[in-house]
Amino acid sequence: MGVPNQTNTKIAEPYTPDEMFVPVEQNNSEAEMISRPSISYWKDAWLRLKKNKLAMSGLVILIFLLIMAIIGPMLTPYSMEQQSLTKQNLAPSSEYWFGTDNLGRDMFTRTWYGARVSLFVGIMAAMIDFLIGVLYGGLSGYKGGRTDNIMMRIIEILYGLPYLLMVILLMVVMGPGLLTIIVALTVTGWVGMARIVRGQVLQLKNSEHVLASKTLGASTFNIIRKNLLPNTMGPIIVQMTLTVPTAIFAEAFLSFLGLGVQSPAASWGVLANDGLPVILSGDWWRLFFPAFFISLTMFAFNVLGDGLQDALDPKFRK
Amino acid sequence: MGKYIVSRFVGALITLWIIVTLTFFLMHLIPGSPLNNERNTSEAVQRNLEAHYHLDKPVVVQYGIYLKSLLQLDFGPSIKQSSQSVNDMLGQGFPISAELGFYSLLIAVMSGIVLGILAALKHNHMIDYLAMTIAVIGISVPNFIMATLLIQQIAVNMELLPVATWASPAHMILPTVALATGPMAIIARLTRSSMLEVLNQDYILTARAKGISTFNIVMKHALRNAVLPVVTILGTLVAGVLTGSFVIEKIFAIPGMGQYFVKGINNRDYPVIMGTTVFYSAFLILMLFLVDIAYGILDPRIKLHKRGD
Repeated sequence: MGVPNQTNTKIAEPYTPDEMFVPVEQNNSEAEMISRPSISYWKDAWLRLKKNKLAMSGLVILIFLLIMAIIGPMLTPYSMEQQSLTKQNLAPSSEYWFGTDNLGRDMFTRTWYGARVSLFVGIMAAMIDFLIGVLYGGLSGYKGGRTDNIMMRIIEILYGLPYLLMVILLMVVMGPGLLTIIVALTVTGWVGMARIVRGQVLQLKNSEHVLASKTLGASTFNIIRKNLLPNTMGPIIVQMTLTVPTAIFAEAFLSFLGLGVQSPAASWGVLANDGLPVILSGDWWRLFFPAFFISLTMFAFNVLGDGLQDALDPKFRK
Repeated sequence: MGKYIVSRFVGALITLWIIVTLTFFLMHLIPGSPLNNERNTSEAVQRNLEAHYHLDKPVVVQYGIYLKSLLQLDFGPSIKQSSQSVNDMLGQGFPISAELGFYSLLIAVMSGIVLGILAALKHNHMIDYLAMTIAVIGISVPNFIMATLLIQQIAVNMELLPVATWASPAHMILPTVALATGPMAIIARLTRSSMLEVLNQDYILTARAKGISTFNIVMKHALRNAVLPVVTILGTLVAGVLTGSFVIEKIFAIPGMGQYFVKGINNRDYPVIMGTTVFYSAFLILMLFLVDIAYGILDPRIKLHKRGD
């Protein structure tokens, strides 16, 4: 690995008289010096992730998708809602890069606008899951005993609920819309995160550095924030990278059932759903572009998540 | 083991009860009466209808009536299609959905495990990369897109198989495959990683040293340990196949349970949504329960524990 090469080749001298051997002066300041540069956990994980070509390609794709979601809709002269009745159902051309839909709206603009919605849903769901999961799981694991018992019972019951069915039910009750999708996805989604955090905290809370902090009078909140969380970040990040595609998929699924965001707003799921019936009449671009980008996003998040899992696993640390 | 089964069963019943309660009160949170529609009904008719569906009683009483009818396996009426009750829909749709789901799961488990084993045996060779490419595609492509692509390529362009419906075995191939790819990919990846771990164990080396053929090593020594993780996620996969079937049934116009559920959602037919949700949940919980017990039977460590008791 990337250890700086030190000069350990010595030119052999033909004759060394004994008087030349002098005891080395003891230097206390150097006694504790670490000759190898110390690599932090995160740096080490990054070095390992960099070697994983598949995971890196996932990361590059995600950065590309994020950038395009921001600037994509601005690259065309058309707006997302702008209809043109003379230019309906056009195949991709130099004028309309991804073609147009049945109302003459530019698919390129709509696809990247859809990227904003889909990625927003995915990332928001992951963030909220993270917040609730860490608070709940952290508290449950740290408090232990009866509190932990009761909190875990609740989780067990919630875990038994069928996720997508509950999301559908909530969407039916709350009505379709961007915010309600995020709420519905997170109401049942945070449980997985809470379980992971709790397991980690349970393992860590008896370790020496936590005991040391406690002895020095650190508050519970500070112990969770400074001692426990940084050490559980690995599994948490992996779980978050896998939550985003799940949420994006769930959103596409809801859109397919007519419970997604409402027109004229559009997510990839809505666009793909609109494109499904017209594919048999040959208008392949209506389905192809949103479907392709959904799949690409799922792919990128999944391979990145897998790569992170390996990179952040302390077992593999060298 | 017996104690374990009982405690799991009680847990499953509690979960089911919570789902029923949640579903019931969520449905009653929706503003307006389910009977409100464009049709002009006279006051008396409206009142009679409300009395017929017990809507004139307090919510708690309605809840009691609902629980009681559920215990008698009555899942309630449909308000939009007055000729049919949810039980009729279940009776017509469920056998078809069960068939679709069962075949899909069967294909997913068999092909997933075979792909996973092949990939593990030929670790870092062409077959491994090929199997994992298939798996990544299976995970990345949502099933409704997979279904549409299959219809367009195989049914419309090549005209090899029928486009839709559920009439003959030939009709069943495309929907089953479309529904099976996702779970298959997950199973393949899981089998591969656990198989790789098992194949590195000492007892496999011993078996090799004794000159047992690779086939026998895999079948008799490695597989049982390697499929354990697959059994644990089987419950989740059943849930995935079940929800996936809503979409697949809609795309392929299969007259299964999912169609009624989706139609219920689109028509805002609340009793149908409620009834089917409860039925689906009960089915899922039963499956999870069975998977847990199967795990107990399959896992040799749990068996050892029993013998030690």
